[in-house]
Amino acid sequence: MGQVQTSGINAIIEDPDRETELLTGIARRVLDRARQGGADQAEVSISSSLSREAGVRLGEVEVLEEARDRGVRVTVYRNQCSGSASTGDLRPDVIDECVDRALAIARHTQPDKASGLADAEWMAQEFPDLDLWHPVDLDMQDLIDRALLIEQAGRDADERIGNSEGASVSTEAGIGVHANSHGFLGASRGTRHSQSCVLIAGDDSGMQRDYDWDSARRFEALARPEETGAGAARRVLRRLGAKRVPTGPAPVLFAPEVARGLIGHLVGAVSGGNLYRRASFLLDSVGQTLLPEWASLIEQPRMPGGPASACYDGDGVATRESALVADGQLLRYVLGNYSARRLGLTTTANAGGVRNLVLTGPTRPPEQLMADMGTGLLVTEVMGQGVNLVTGDYSRGAAGFWVENGEIAWPAEEITIAGHLRDMLANLRGAGSDIDRRRSIQTGSLLVDRMVVAGMS
Amino acid sequence: MFELARAQLLEPSGLGQSELELAMGRLAGKGIDLGELYFQRRVREGWMLEDGSVRQGNWDVDQGVGVRAIAGTGTGFAYADSITLPALLDAADSARAITRSGHTGQVRIRQSPLARQRYGNEDPTAQGKAADRVELLRTIDAYVRSLDERVSQVSVNLSASHEAIVIAASDGVLTGDVRPLVRLDIRVLMEEGERREQGFSGGGGRFALEELMDPENWQGFANQAVSQGAINLTAEAAPAGYMTVVLGPGWPGVLLHEAIGHGLEGDFNRKGISAFSNRIGERVATEECTIVDDGTLERRRGSLNIDDEGTPAGCTTLIENGRLVGYMQDKLNARLMGVKPTGNGRRESFAHLPMPRMTNTYMLPGKHDPADIIASVDDGIYAVNFNGGQVDITSGKFVFAASEAYRIKNGKVGAAIKGATLIGNGPDVLTRVGMVGNDLKLDSGVGVCGKEGQSVPVGVGQPTLRIDGLTVGGTA
Repeated sequence: MGQVQTSGINAIIEDPDRETELLTGIARRVLDRARQGGADQAEVSISSSLSREAGVRLGEVEVLEEARDRGVRVTVYRNQCSGSASTGDLRPDVIDECVDRALAIARHTQPDKASGLADAEWMAQEFPDLDLWHPVDLDMQDLIDRALLIEQAGRDADERIGNSEGASVSTEAGIGVHANSHGFLGASRGTRHSQSCVLIAGDDSGMQRDYDWDSARRFEALARPEETGAGAARRVLRRLGAKRVPTGPAPVLFAPEVARGLIGHLVGAVSGGNLYRRASFLLDSVGQTLLPEWASLIEQPRMPGGPASACYDGDGVATRESALVADGQLLRYVLGNYSARRLGLTTTANAGGVRNLVLTGPTRPPEQLMADMGTGLLVTEVMGQGVNLVTGDYSRGAAGFWVENGEIAWPAEEITIAGHLRDMLANLRGAGSDIDRRRSIQTGSLLVDRMVVAGMS
Repeated sequence: MFELARAQLLEPSGLGQSELELAMGRLAGKGIDLGELYFQRRVREGWMLEDGSVRQGNWDVDQGVGVRAIAGTGTGFAYADSITLPALLDAADSARAITRSGHTGQVRIRQSPLARQRYGNEDPTAQGKAADRVELLRTIDAYVRSLDERVSQVSVNLSASHEAIVIAASDGVLTGDVRPLVRLDIRVLMEEGERREQGFSGGGGRFALEELMDPENWQGFANQAVSQGAINLTAEAAPAGYMTVVLGPGWPGVLLHEAIGHGLEGDFNRKGISAFSNRIGERVATEECTIVDDGTLERRRGSLNIDDEGTPAGCTTLIENGRLVGYMQDKLNARLMGVKPTGNGRRESFAHLPMPRMTNTYMLPGKHDPADIIASVDDGIYAVNFNGGQVDITSGKFVFAASEAYRIKNGKVGAAIKGATLIGNGPDVLTRVGMVGNDLKLDSGVGVCGKEGQSVPVGVGQPTLRIDGLTVGGTA
């Protein structure tokens, strides 16, 4: 394997200050042109990232990819009418065209009292270092070697692992600039290093596929390659021989990788966009008890090294730590500036969503939760789009394990789980200590009191 | 199409035959099986109405060149977000790192024979006036609200896209395409007492925006969205368990896309990781079932003149009278499996690698009157609309979620039931097809297929089908 040519492409990690300056210059140019074109207000966000990824399969290199992604998005406001335009092409003439297009669109859209920038006083003023920037200058060969180790560890784990979709390792560094006509100028930078492994196991019962992965801001913080390979092997082997379960009501234990989704549905239903469209089963729910009293959800947007940490949200508004749910009670909605104005409320600095939302409260080891469940379904995978946030009706495909007397009895697949989200959330019987800190919504396993499981007749 | 695409993409950057051959030369070293340059420019425009007024409009332009070099089963890939010779040569140097070879070669490219045109080369983003689009959305809003006083929210999205591509590859391909794509979505929220429900409809394809703006087209979508919302206001809890399911014609063909289609894409089968791997010639469906993937349909959302590797679009029979007969292929997987590419090599953009993808996937009509199919069911459900689905290629398990469904009792369609997820097993679900209707219908043009993080527009279709056993995920 020869050395990969990286002329120029490493600029982001070699001199991030210069790259930030470059993006800042573009942002100023955009705002100037918007003002000259008649905009009352304007905002622009620009991103630039570099990523390098190596994928191997069955011990051979499968894909080497080097990507430099850039993008600029501009929104202009004129007489309460707005227009937006975006491009991935950062040449000056293209950016100028973008601004002009946005201005032209704003001449045709209709006045919207909720439109416009968030108030100037809410803009982030200080930009503490959130410990997000840990670039490494790895060449392709380093990534390939690591991916080979991961896959080999997985394939060596058991002879039933006869095939693989491969392992991949990637490193990414990104820089962002957000500016608006209040004079706000925010810059951010962050790195993300990831690895994953997807294995196929087979026996007389058929083939199964499963994976393991890890992701971190610091390359050194990634799981050892052997752990990810072995993790994928463990996960795929335990699925062999899966079958359907009897149809009927049962308690359901959501493993952390799917429990996150339950909290995500709650967040979706209390998000401004769904609320002002009345497309939520949780309208007028502030003050209501939505989770059991032992559970709280705390948003920590400035968590050092956090997966979704940022000093400002998508509107430039300063982020701060704040409870979404305390002792089971919903304290606020999840609002950006626009949706807040549509609802006659104030932004919660959530333009772009929640950032590091952590479930807090008493936890138990997952084995204890399983013992407490007794007989029921442990779900490790959900499939499909059967979540209706307007009504709260939930019906999804699932795979996992049938549990009897607190012990895994057999792997389960080709089944559905159904219920109503309000009941599912209100009747959580416990949370696991197995908290997954790799994603923005951080929770351990969650035990839902009762759902309808469908499988065999 | 090629000349038009070349004029839009390459001429502004001063890239001619000799520059392309220079870049290709760097991808033609020893050990490289295929070198390819994919130039793309895409302009997209969208307008959104909400709460009675057009509050948002967006315009987006992207262009660049993706360069790949394939050696054996390995691919080197890089791209540049501007179309210039230095950027092109840099990307080519990155992509060729897949081989150890320092050699460069000589490549001669000349224009490929023209593919048959399945759609016009109009640019819907440049047609008509912005004011007319805004006016259309307001007219639709007023019409929707006039249909039923329970309508409390209406959102309408109109989008248009225009894409030009040029492909040059070391196997001699030099070709291009210009692709229009338009789409209209209507979503309603309806309220009655304490109940709130949604309805959705929409459509589009590779044609002029004007056509979509014709009331004959959009009034049908509006009527359907409101009727779906109204039906859902009366819906009862869906049953849970294993039962007979009748699927309506058209969009429910998403069943075929999930249960069969993905599992028959060449990459999964070349790797032996599909539940359908090594099963060519086997019976995987009842004799009444013949399923094709057809990129050649005129002006359909999933149609192509050429795929994203320059292979002319084709109509590939996947299942013929119940037997598995073919996979969908791109160049890489076709070569490794010793077959011909089928025109299914697609990519989301220049910044993504091509892979085997579906175009328009549908089942040919059978002989039964759909009324007879319903009448044949003692106890089951009749599902006529869906949200979309998902599949695990390896285990074959697939789901799709109904958005409009009814109970069937004693051969008659009864009460509406709430949306429920249906789950089944791809390789055997079609062995339980009891009856195939004579009413083949294609969907209205809203399909988006996701695979490995890449989205491409697709179509589906089918006649009414009776499946004698699927698991229904209700609560009752």
